[in-house]
Order: sequence, then structure tokens, then C-alpha cells
Amino acid sequence: MKVYIRHFLQKKGWKLIDMSMIKTKKLTFEYIHRDEEGNVEGITKAVDGVDLDIKEGDFIAILGHNGSGKSTLAKHMNAILSPSEGTIYVAGMDTRDEKNIWDIRKNAGMVFQNPDNQIIGQVVEEDVGFGPENMGVPTKEIWQRVEESLKAVGMYAYRKHSPNKLSGGQKQRVSIAGVLAMHPKCIVLDEPTAMLDPQGRKEVIRAVRALNEVENITVILITHYMEEVVYADKVFVMDKGQIRMEGTPKEIFSQVDELQKLRLTVPQVTLLAEECRKAGMPFSKGILTTKEFMEELQCLLS
Amino acid sequence: MPIILNHVNCIYEEGTTMEVAALKDVNLVLQDEQFIGLIGHTGSGKSTLVQHLNGLIKPTGGEIYFNGEDIHDDDFDRKKLRSQVGLVFQYPEHQLFEVDVFSDVCFGPKNLGLPKKEVELRAYEALKMVGLEDEFFYQSPFDLSGGQKRRVAIAGVIAMKPQVLILDEPTAGLDPKGREEILNMIRDLHEKMKCTIILVSHSMDDVADYAERIIVMNHGEVFLDGTPKEVFSHKQELEEIGLAVPTVTDIMHQVKELGYPVDESVTTLSDATDALVNLYHNVKKYY
Amino acid sequence: MLKDITLGQYYQADSVVHKLDPRVKLVGTIAYIVTLFMFRNLTIYLIALAFLVFTIRLSKVPVSFIVRGLKAIVILLIITALFNLFLTPGEPIVSFWRFSLTYEGIAAAFYLAIRLIFLIIGSSLMTLTTTPNQLTDGLESLMKPLNKIKVPVHEISMMMSIALRFIPILMEETDKIMKAQMARCADFESGNIIKKVKALIPLLVPLFVSSFRRANDLAMAMEARCYQGGEGRTKMKPLKYQKTDYLAYLFLLVYLIVAIVLGKFFPLHILQV
Repeated sequence: MKVYIRHFLQKKGWKLIDMSMIKTKKLTFEYIHRDEEGNVEGITKAVDGVDLDIKEGDFIAILGHNGSGKSTLAKHMNAILSPSEGTIYVAGMDTRDEKNIWDIRKNAGMVFQNPDNQIIGQVVEEDVGFGPENMGVPTKEIWQRVEESLKAVGMYAYRKHSPNKLSGGQKQRVSIAGVLAMHPKCIVLDEPTAMLDPQGRKEVIRAVRALNEVENITVILITHYMEEVVYADKVFVMDKGQIRMEGTPKEIFSQVDELQKLRLTVPQVTLLAEECRKAGMPFSKGILTTKEFMEELQCLLS
Repeated sequence: MPIILNHVNCIYEEGTTMEVAALKDVNLVLQDEQFIGLIGHTGSGKSTLVQHLNGLIKPTGGEIYFNGEDIHDDDFDRKKLRSQVGLVFQYPEHQLFEVDVFSDVCFGPKNLGLPKKEVELRAYEALKMVGLEDEFFYQSPFDLSGGQKRRVAIAGVIAMKPQVLILDEPTAGLDPKGREEILNMIRDLHEKMKCTIILVSHSMDDVADYAERIIVMNHGEVFLDGTPKEVFSHKQELEEIGLAVPTVTDIMHQVKELGYPVDESVTTLSDATDALVNLYHNVKKYY
Repeated sequence: MLKDITLGQYYQADSVVHKLDPRVKLVGTIAYIVTLFMFRNLTIYLIALAFLVFTIRLSKVPVSFIVRGLKAIVILLIITALFNLFLTPGEPIVSFWRFSLTYEGIAAAFYLAIRLIFLIIGSSLMTLTTTPNQLTDGLESLMKPLNKIKVPVHEISMMMSIALRFIPILMEETDKIMKAQMARCADFESGNIIKKVKALIPLLVPLFVSSFRRANDLAMAMEARCYQGGEGRTKMKPLKYQKTDYLAYLFLLVYLIVAIVLGKFFPLHILQV
């Protein structure tokens, strides 16, 4: 409700002090390698001094190659991991404090990569009810929440199905509904599309965008598919545990060379515009969609 | 020595109410040394099809010929077939099991009953071929990164020296750079080993730059079959079955629809750039 | 072979038995099994047969489907019956070499076969009409008193339901890894027993590795969704007795009394043993 009121006021032109959903200060996480006798062999900094400030209602994307530390960072937002150094506040709560853990997990839901390994129920609706059951929500309200959540991701028709019979994209949407039923303020999605086919990827991204736009939930999407971050309000690019770039998708994708140095690429359209620009066609930097490309091309040709 | 599929059908649970036709009357000739892209949705039958090629699944109808012999004849050596038609499954790193990388790659050639020296030589060559540095050879495969594990798994199949190498979604789950590296490695393999490559994928962008022939599957049938240019000229049909043409081809189609004289069958980034720049200069000159 | 095991499968149908509370079905099955082993005479089996026929009719599960479940135990049945036939000491009818067929043997084999068959049919009827979920819920609820003696009832039932969810996934995975190794010319079929066991290593190692990974992922996903054991948990589908459930309990009680009284005081015997 608070979010709606804020939204309403913002539309009326009120300037509000933005609420922080997630705030990190010098967040560092170390993996300690030990040999067979338990002696320390080496220390890897998976996350290295990250400062983030994510506002309520934002759609944030975190990009990075495999092993860049983005998943480790994500696991801090749900108090699955606790920082070695530095702090992280989720909805104003410090994750290092044991007694905050369950409140943090209610506020920040998490969807993981492998669609098979996060569905607990043997029937779709029971899986969606799992979170609310754990939180001690009364039976009648659980049913309401399950219905709403399944409708929000477009899986209501499958509520009586066995998860084993669903496609990858459908399974991930069920997982999203499972988190949604816990009524979180924020959802962290850790490479939710990495194991899906293009069709499944589209389904999931559509559902995620709807969460942000319709339900006004803060979304943190972690991915290495460039096409998926085009709709984000802000993009962070990670490498070696550090934030290397941040900005709007346009700002990020106009830096083709830097991205490639970080083992990432830009969408094909952006690349095509970039190549044409190098060959003397005055395209603007950071074109993100085919539609944008065609509009500029028409201007150039007339 | 081509692979010929003659009216191949595959029906699961035949005769029950759960009957599903995974393949319907598939006729194909897979020529030697071709680089073939096999495209389709999840459930289009492409994975079932490739498992027919090395005899892991027996068709419920029709025949498959390798070197002119029916692979399901009683006296046909199917073990040899599997060494000659190498199949790399999706997420192949999930099949690694040995204590170190080198022994794992040895598993395939060892099963062929080759002498120890030959086995080790082949394993070494295969690991070199996939571009894995020597320092990793005696590490546990479980300690490697995702991309390295996948290379090791691919080497495990290459070590059998197959004449046909089939890769099912070899880039799944990798980051953009990792995808590009694996695809480039496969292209190198094709050039060095002179073998047929069948690259199974659901991404047009992945195969457009590499394949010389594209086979599109839909609902268990061969939907389109031809050079990338031919296949991508059927933009509408492809979109109807939910597959997109590569982004650059899509753009060229749109430019053509605006009435500009461009070749809309372009499939690669550099060709598209050239075409657009040419068009731009011509238009400017005209005014 | 694996396909023939109907024990543990669920048969979708709309019947009174399907709608019964799982606890009733569990208690009923236990009562039924108790009657099978209480006495050793024909009367009790005739009553049990009547009970079976009646419930199968009510459940709308085709008899052929239930009988198919017996196929899996045919061999076991024959072997144990043969042992009983020839190795039970008593009055011999015919004998050859060291074996002799006795009246007692015939009776023992007969009762054993009947008990086993009835046992399998009865318990498969329960699993055929109850989803695995309801079953674990029912078990959890029935075993709740055991909580007092520190038996982790909720955890056990949670483990059961997770196992049930992952069995099909692991079956599929096994098939995939097996095929992948066969593509590397692995041979799972030929050779003696030691060779065959050795050949399983390339299958088992990846399977274990992936199961551990799955278990790890799942544990994380459950924690992320606020799972913290059975305490303070509510239920989406709490078990609640309906009118028909009480009727069913009453019916079970009548069955038990009839079985005990008739079995005790009007025993019929075969071969007068």
C-alpha cells in the first residue's frame, strides 16, 4: 500500500525522499580454500568492496560473466550468505543480525537458476503455498495468495498440474509465484533464464517486468543475456567481485569495447549500429532495440 | 560416408493412450564434412533425432544408413558406430566421473579396446584440440570452471576420433564470451578434423555465422532444410512456429519492406554492415 | 518390470474412496492387514475378500489395474510357496529324494500365498486412491503423538515428500547419464558380475555428484522461502474429517468386529489341518 501511495504522490509531482531497498557498504565476501588437513590454502574475494544503493520500486540488472561474483552478491540480499567485511542492509535491516534473518527473507524473495531444484511441492499450487505456510499465514489467506500469485505470472490454469510436466519457463514462473505469495517488497532473480530456451526466457522476462510495473516490486535481475537488461532502470556490471560500470542500459551499451573486455557483448542491434557508425553512418550511441534502430535508419536515409 | 535417414519415425509409448510421435517421416542425407545447424524448439524432436544417428534410440519405423549399412542390422557393430558418430549431450560436464581430467578423456578410447599408448595419445590430442592448458590435465574435473569442464567433456568424445560430431546445445548456460569461445573452437575442430559437425541449438544467432546448412525441426518433422540464406528467407514461416531469424536478417527484411533495394538474405553482421553502409552512401550521393 | 509395480502409483478417479481422508485409509489398511494375520482359517479370508471386493468396487479402480501390480511379486510368491510346499514337516503325501509334499505344506503354502496376495492388493488399493502428498500428510498427522518421544515427525514426512518429488527427476537423469556414457562406448550389459559393477562407476559418480548439487540447491531454495522446520507452520490443505470419514471409521469397526468374531468362533479349514 505504501508503495502505491508513494507512486500516486510521485505522479502528482511530489518530491519524496527515496527509500533504500538494499544498501551495501564496502561489502566483501571471501571464500577460504582449505587443503585436506584444514589448513588455509588461499582466499578468493568473490565480492570485493561493493557499494550499492537500490531504491524501492527500481528494476535493477546486474550483469557479469560467469565467476564475476554476481551470484555471491545476490545471495547476500537474502541473507543466505553473510558478509566477511562491510555491511548490507535489506529494507533497513542488517543481515548479520541473526534475529533479522526471517524478516529479511520475507522482504526479499529469491529465484534461482535451476528450475528443477527449487520446486518443493508435488502440485503447482502446493509449491506456491510453501512460503506462506512457512510464514504461518492462515489457511484461508494462503489460498488467496496462491491464487493471486499464480494469476500474476499467468500460471493459474496449471495450478493442479505436477511441476514435472511443465516446461522450463513455466517452472520458473511457478517459482516466481512461490516468492510472490510471500508478499515481498523485493525479488532477487539469480540467472533465472540461464537454463531456458528462447521461448521460456521471453515468458520469464515478461513475468518479471509485470511484477515491477504492475505490482511495483523492486526487481534485481542477475543475468548474462544482454537482451534482458534493456528494460532495466539501472544496470551494474560486475567483474572480479567489483562493480565496474553502472548506468542506464543506454549508457552501458554505448561502451561496446569496455563490455567486451569484461567478457560480455552487446545485443546484435547495438553491435550493428556500432559497426555502421564506425563505417561512417552517424548512428547515435547505445541503440537498444530493433525499433529504435529502424527509426534512426529512416531518418538517416531521408 | 554420409548418414542417410529413410522415412524415420519414432513413436513413444506406441499403442497406448499416451502415444507421442517424436519423429514423423524424417528423410535426410547428411553429407560428409558439412557443418550443419539443427534448429528447433524444446520438444521439436531435435534431441530425439540426434540420438537416432548413433543408435541410442531405435526408430519405430524406417531405416538409418551409415556408410551404406543399416545400423540396426543384426550384424552391425553399434559400438563402432558410437565411436564414429560422436554425440556430446547437453550439459556434458554432468557425465565427468574420473579422478583427473586426463583419465576422464581416456574413458572413450579405452572402451574401444585400443592399446594404452594410443589411448593416451588420443586423449592428449583431444585435450589440445579443445584448447585446455597442460596445467589442468591432472586436476580433478570437478575443480574446473564451467567452461573448462565443458571442454573436457567435449574432448572425451573427440578422443574417439569420430567422423561425425554431434553437439547438443554446447553453449547452454555459458556467458557470451564463453559461448563465442566454444563456437569458435567447434569451427576449428571442423577445419582440423575434417569431420561432419551437427550443431543442435535453439538460437539462430548461434548457428547463422557458422553453419553451411540449416535444418529446422518442428513437431517432429523437418520443417526447412537448406543454406542459411535459403532458410532465413522464410522469415514469416519461421516466426509462425515461434523461431526468429537472426537480428541482422530481421533488420534487412524491414529495410527492404521500406522499399530500399537491399539483399534481405544477409545473415552475418559484417555483410549487413556493408549492405547498410552502401545503401547509405548511394542514397546520399543521389541527393 | 519397473512399470508393472502399481504399489505406490496413483490412479486418478472420482470415487468415495479417493475422497476419504488419508488417515482413514491408512488406519483402514492397518486394520485390514491385522485381520489378515490374526487367524489362520478360511473364514477370515472370505471376510477379507468380501471387504476387498466391496472397497475396490467403491474405488472405481479397474480390477485389471490392481492385478497387474501382482505381476511384480509372482516370482517371490512362487519361490516362497515352493519352499513351504516341500519343506514343511508333517504327514507326507508323496516324497522324492529329500523332499516330501505334506498336507501341512499345502496348507502353509496356500495361506502364505493368500496372505501375500491380499496384502499387496489391499495396500496398492490405498496408494492407488491416495496421492503421495495426502499420504505423507496423513502419516504426519497420525504419527504426531510420536513427537512427544522426540521422533522428528514433520522432518520425516518432509523428507518423504521431497523424495517423491525427486524420484522422477533422478530417473530421467540416470537415463541421460547412461546414454551419455554409452555415447562414449561404455558397456553396461556384457561381462561378468564384477565387470558389470565396475561399469556402473561412470554412471554412479555423476549421479551422486548431481544429487548432492540438487540437495544443496534445494536446501538453499527452502531456506530462502523461510522454511525453518515444522514449528509455527500453517497448512494450505489441513486435514479435516468429513461425515463420510466418520462413516468409514464406523464401517471399519464393524468389519473388525465381524472378522474377529467369525474368525474366532466359526473357523473353516482346508484339508482339516
